Amino acid sequence: MKILVAVKRVIDYNVQIRVKEDNTGVVTDNVKMSTNPPDDNAIEEAVKIKEAGKATEVVAVSIGEEKAQETVRKALAVGADRGILVKTEGIIEPLAVSKLLQKIVEKEKPDLVFMGKQAIDDDCNQTGQMLSALLNWPQATFASKIEIKDGKLEVTREIDEGLETIEINVPAIVTCDLRLNEPRYASLPNIMKAKKKPIEQLNASDLGVDITPRIEQVKVEEPPKRKAGIKVSSVAELVQKLKNEAKVI
Amino acid sequence: MSVLLIAEHNNKELKPFTLNASTAASQIDTDVHAVIIGHNCDEAAKALSELPLIKKVIQVEAAHYENFVAENFAPVIVKLAENYSHIISSANTFGKNLMPRIAAALDTSQISDIIKVIAPDTFLRPIYAGNAFATVKSKDAKKCVTIRPTSFDPCESSGGSAPIEKADPGEEFAKTKFIKREEVKSDRPELGTARVVVSGGRGMQSGDNFKLITSLADKLNAAIGASRAAVDAGYISNDHQVGQTGKVVVPDLYIAVGISGAIQHLAGMKESKVIVAINKDGEAPIFSVADYGLEADLFEAVPQFLEELNKLNTIQK
Repeated sequence: MKILVAVKRVIDYNVQIRVKEDNTGVVTDNVKMSTNPPDDNAIEEAVKIKEAGKATEVVAVSIGEEKAQETVRKALAVGADRGILVKTEGIIEPLAVSKLLQKIVEKEKPDLVFMGKQAIDDDCNQTGQMLSALLNWPQATFASKIEIKDGKLEVTREIDEGLETIEINVPAIVTCDLRLNEPRYASLPNIMKAKKKPIEQLNASDLGVDITPRIEQVKVEEPPKRKAGIKVSSVAELVQKLKNEAKVI
Repeated sequence: MSVLLIAEHNNKELKPFTLNASTAASQIDTDVHAVIIGHNCDEAAKALSELPLIKKVIQVEAAHYENFVAENFAPVIVKLAENYSHIISSANTFGKNLMPRIAAALDTSQISDIIKVIAPDTFLRPIYAGNAFATVKSKDAKKCVTIRPTSFDPCESSGGSAPIEKADPGEEFAKTKFIKREEVKSDRPELGTARVVVSGGRGMQSGDNFKLITSLADKLNAAIGASRAAVDAGYISNDHQVGQTGKVVVPDLYIAVGISGAIQHLAGMKESKVIVAINKDGEAPIFSVADYGLEADLFEAVPQFLEELNKLNTIQK
């Protein structure tokens, strides 16, 4: 079985986001970039399945600017076998990403495609579902547990009401929750080894997909700030304030 | 053209966020139709027809719709979509799972999780865990939009009498099988719509200590929330998680206990009307959004909080 894992390069989750003064976006120059956190869970799961002898190859793919190569390289350092980088410039919407991934899937013919359930930059939560629609494959979104059973997967999904379990036939798409596993750190020897693993580079135009944005980003602004609160010195004062000032209890 | 709202329900009743999504849909165009897909869902369809904002209900019934599998739902909506300019659903796990499957089939670039309708093609949505707000304008002929339920008021739930039309079901998608749903049943208010939310974080130190949160929530008739750290540590189940990848809540009162306030948690609660933080670390970022901060050991402060509440003659419900 072959697993394709899609990984996205995003601003690191610890970085305090700053909006550009001209309101065209957020500041990305000299800002720490990392792999989108749930994409790390997707890679980890694929590598674990391979280590358990249930997959033969793990291929990491990223779509983005040249520097997204670092994100692919990190996936190689934690156990992916080879990488693919589809180079694009500017804003690329989930619909375009899923169309590019569809082309990669047609070429690579994986049995499973894993990715994070949501990217923490645009917070869209679309790509996995869109890819499965384009391929007409089953989808298991928000996965917190995956069991492989004889050409099928049993997946536990985190939903608003609690947990849901579904069974899907392979080939399939799984989008991963942060609770799916504990991603490993790359060891120094593995980082060195990853430098020798191949990364195939393509341009989006090579794949014959129109990736022109359909959504115009009119402006990006700072959210309204909350007015500063106060510190209370005791529980009694807190309860008094909630009762008589805020009038919420 | 009209707007098509995808109703969320459990085959018996409408889910409350359907009312919020109806409000959002009506702000795009007043001619709102709603589709309800399910199995033996007549009661829920009737409830939908009674929402005054809904002008027509389309009911689609089949056994394979009983468990809301997106692969079964999407083709039904794609077929109906030709008569509509917009397809709308809530940006909760129901809508997040379903809408992109519809959008891709319609070759539409979806707009997720809007918090405001600026114009029928222009919307406001938070990005980067709510640390920036983007105004976005769709150039697609047909628009697929998910709405953040807590950013729109629920509509009236009675007084309407929209006609209910039946539409033919589609085929079953045989490659996906529903097995089971484990819902956490509780008599408490729902987290997404509660007036008061009491949340615990890593500072609770154990699942057992969450009893303190439970007692406080009992006293205030509150829903129980949690930070991701608390859920990851197994103190409480995933359906309580508040934050960027969990639920977004906007209660009148949010009490954060032993929560440091990572930006991912703030994304889920910082629009609350009044925020209280109890934390022994005076530098914790949660204090930057708190209206009332109490720097104290929660294991002393929460029992005192209960005592003080007991002294009050009345507590709002």
